[in-house]
Amino acid sequence: MLTGNNHLGGPQRPTPVIELLGATLCRGGSTEEAGVEQVQWQVHAGDYWVVVGHADAGKSALLATAAGLLRPLVGCHRLFGNDSSTLTGHALTEARRCIGFVPEGGARLLQHLTLAENIALPLRYHQNLSPEQAAPRVNPLLEGLELGPLANSTPGQVNRGARQRANLARALVLRPLVLMLDNPLVGLSPAQVRWWLDLLDQLARGHDGLGLPPMTLVVTSEDLRPWLSRGRQFALLKDGRWVLLGDRETLAPAHNSNLSEFLEQDRF
Amino acid sequence: MRSECFSPTDPGYTGRRCLLMLEKMHGLMAFGLITLGVVFTKFNTASRVVHPLIFYQIRRAGLNLLPMITFLACGLGWVVIGQTVDLMTRVGAEDYIGVVMISVVVRELGPMLTALIVLARIGTADVIELGTARALHEIDALEAMGIDPIHYLVVPRVVGLGVSIFCLTIYLILGALASGYLVAFLQNVPLTPGAYLDQLAAALNWQDFVLLAAKTILLGAIAALVTCYEGLARPLRLEQVAAATTRAVVDCVVLWVFLDLAFLAAYAYWE
Repeated sequence: MLTGNNHLGGPQRPTPVIELLGATLCRGGSTEEAGVEQVQWQVHAGDYWVVVGHADAGKSALLATAAGLLRPLVGCHRLFGNDSSTLTGHALTEARRCIGFVPEGGARLLQHLTLAENIALPLRYHQNLSPEQAAPRVNPLLEGLELGPLANSTPGQVNRGARQRANLARALVLRPLVLMLDNPLVGLSPAQVRWWLDLLDQLARGHDGLGLPPMTLVVTSEDLRPWLSRGRQFALLKDGRWVLLGDRETLAPAHNSNLSEFLEQDRF
Repeated sequence: MRSECFSPTDPGYTGRRCLLMLEKMHGLMAFGLITLGVVFTKFNTASRVVHPLIFYQIRRAGLNLLPMITFLACGLGWVVIGQTVDLMTRVGAEDYIGVVMISVVVRELGPMLTALIVLARIGTADVIELGTARALHEIDALEAMGIDPIHYLVVPRVVGLGVSIFCLTIYLILGALASGYLVAFLQNVPLTPGAYLDQLAAALNWQDFVLLAAKTILLGAIAALVTCYEGLARPLRLEQVAAATTRAVVDCVVLWVFLDLAFLAAYAYWE
């Protein structure tokens, strides 16, 4: 397990699990073009962050950078207290194992593997397990995320909702400390949205049924409404700027003109 | 990504093409060295995941191609060897049959034909598979899970194709020499099986075995590296996958010709 050093000393809050300090993020798929600038962000253990922004506002780049998959063009990124630019080889792999990443829209499952094989892959790879040895950890996830009947289907044979749940199961199989979800509710029915929100609440508190400890959650979304009563900390990406909105208690959408467009009932 | 669409009428066309070629050679060499490092440092890492992938590649590029290689061996024996043996017997050059067979079949045609078949059947499919995976961000997903894409995707292909081309070449050579003699026998060429085998054995030396093994394994490794490099090393969009496949085939054949020249020099040195 990676442990960082608290350079500030004293009995204050423990070292953030993720820090972006004065970071300029890449834009879209480019690794050279600048997107959001001056991101100043600390994610602590137990946080439940909701980052809202329009499409192409830089939400995916923010998550990828925070997870250590992209380097910020400018500024500093720390994972578990360690400067990510100094992490290589085993240390970088260890850091990535502690972060579960759920991409948008059920994408990025390996198309030649079944859902069960996709979910088992990180566990089997990192712990050198056979499929039979991985099954006791994979089967509860398949059942818990309602994927049991689809376990032997390939991603191309199932719908978007199932792919999205398979991505979540794959992210959870290594029991990460931090779970990052990129726009997880997009394209889901109201019932599925409710299922996801309830499950994420349970994951934030610790999911007894799946045997998972409390997790730090970071979620991006284009719609703030479902998250108002769920998230604990909020931030906004708008016009290439990073805006910290505060926690649920201090968040006052009615008085925040930045947020009105993310709260309209009929914006679609 | 830098544009590679130059018109031959552009000023500096040749220079740009040369620079692009050097850039690609640099990229390929770096990719090859990284892969070699991963082969040696991580061969037994995650063995329950990666070793089955190696066996899968051997089955896919080796065992599954046996019918095709058998057909090719019969064709090679019929068209080349049978006629060569017949012609050499007619001109009274029977004593050189073994030398010609070893030079043509064992050193040149066998390895190159086998490698070409594997490239056409497996290498092109690999570029499409990997290029599509890259375009669909599956490689990003592997990195997000802390899985080294070189270890998971490239190493099984390099080892699998190296082993497969080596084994298939041996099979092709044996099949071609046997079917070639059969054709000659059916044409009433006055050459006994014993004399034919004696000539082959006399023309072979231990360097042939060593160089054949090295050449076939390198042919397979080059095919795997080039196809994986074209599929993985650069960001691809779906519409670029077809062009990457064509590039991989051309690059492979060019590199094989240079490898063949190096082995010609090695044969000449040992003789």
